[in-house]
Amino acid sequence: MRGLHYRAGGREIFSGVDLDFPRGSVTAVMGPSGSGKTTLLRLITGQVRPGQGLVEFDGQDVSQLPRAALYRMRRRMGMLFQNGALLTDLDVYENIAFPLREHARLPERLVRHVVLTKLQAVGLRGAARLMPAELSGGMARRVALARAIVMDPELLVYDEPFVGLDPISMGVVLRLIRRLNDTLGVTSIVVSHDVREITAVADHCHLLSAGRIIASGPPAAVAGSEREDVRQFMHGLPDGPVPFHYPAPEYADQARRVT
Amino acid sequence: MAHGILRELADSSAEALRAFGRYALFAGRLAAETPRALLRFRLVIEQVHNAGAQSLVIIMLSGLFVGMVLGLQGFDLLERFGSEESLGSAVALGLLKELGPVVTALLFAGRAGTALASELGLMRATDQLSAIEMMAVDPVRRVVLPRFLGGVIAMPLLAAIFSMIGLFGGQLVGVQLMGVDQGQFWSQMRGAVEFGDVMEGVLKSAVFGVACSLVAVYEGYHSVPTAEGVGRATTRTVVISSVSVLLLDYMLTAVML
Repeated sequence: MRGLHYRAGGREIFSGVDLDFPRGSVTAVMGPSGSGKTTLLRLITGQVRPGQGLVEFDGQDVSQLPRAALYRMRRRMGMLFQNGALLTDLDVYENIAFPLREHARLPERLVRHVVLTKLQAVGLRGAARLMPAELSGGMARRVALARAIVMDPELLVYDEPFVGLDPISMGVVLRLIRRLNDTLGVTSIVVSHDVREITAVADHCHLLSAGRIIASGPPAAVAGSEREDVRQFMHGLPDGPVPFHYPAPEYADQARRVT
Repeated sequence: MAHGILRELADSSAEALRAFGRYALFAGRLAAETPRALLRFRLVIEQVHNAGAQSLVIIMLSGLFVGMVLGLQGFDLLERFGSEESLGSAVALGLLKELGPVVTALLFAGRAGTALASELGLMRATDQLSAIEMMAVDPVRRVVLPRFLGGVIAMPLLAAIFSMIGLFGGQLVGVQLMGVDQGQFWSQMRGAVEFGDVMEGVLKSAVFGVACSLVAVYEGYHSVPTAEGVGRATTRTVVISSVSVLLLDYMLTAVML
């Protein structure tokens, strides 16, 4: 990404962001809620287009691609949505088979083999015939992960993969992110604000705040940064450049006005 | 003050025109994709079943009661002119040309239309539509279009069932309860109802099918992805569909009479 500017709802979300995601590595993009992390993923995958700047995937400018070419490119990407986004009228098996049925005319025996292999990779082969409503949050996330890798993508993007998960499920998802990255040789981009979890698996980190990248580098280097705003986020300090108090008039003035 | 009212009127007229334009563009997109969707007819058939089965019981019940009321009111009116034997033709023409298509469309909008809009709205709110796009599949072609075509095909079938059950209801009241001669009831009907009358009903229900299904899928697909947004899309579906059906009914009747 080079010189990325993006506005939405009259607000500047990104003002001149430059980012690199090295091939074959796990890169974490962290930042407080509302800092535009999910929007960043939507820009990378071409779901929204930037006002200005370049978003390049394997030499192609994503933001300039016509729809057909964008769809061709997306076959090389997998995305894990925050809530899994499983299709609620299909069972687990059919959810994972969905991209295969849409894009490849494979014999049913082969579809079955691929789906079961992917389910085995996320440890849920036994849940093949469950409906999404019957899955826990962690299981839904794992099924969505199996669906994201069913077309053997080159890029996997994860949108807040740990939100709402219990510690066991979180551990499973963490391990899967690292293992899938290493065994499938994909490039992974993980957007999250769970600092401890994500820095444990990431090779590189970018910290996003107020529309800019304020820190980049290996997790240990970012965690050890001396910058006050980086320190506040990485160590979860309640007060700092992001103040504890929402801007307000003087207490006495406000109290008088109310009475 | 008059200036303010005029400006508000102009603003809402401009917004209505813009909305009409958005609907027309969406309808154009659906029409352009239809030939490809018909190649995967299994998806359409599933949606015909969904839309049709959802509305079947309510359509049959309403058809029966509407037919019974027609029988009762028709008998009361015709008796005043001493021509009760024409009850069969009055009930049949009323149902086939007007009440069958219109009441079916209003019931369809309230039952299947709202279900369609809320289903698509929820898919939007839970990122299912985005996930489909991310899997390089066009959600309009894969999700919206089969539902639209399912509604379009289901509507004339439901209207036919409505009219058939309505005729039975009219006969039940007119013949069994009020004592109109059975033979006269049916022979008058056969004599008065022409092929054109049946086709008028079929054409109306087809047009209403397009209108109701289009409103439902448009509102659902474009709903704001929140609980409140889905609720609003559902309400708008009923309101816009109902008004459109009544407006189109007048226009079609005026053209075909």
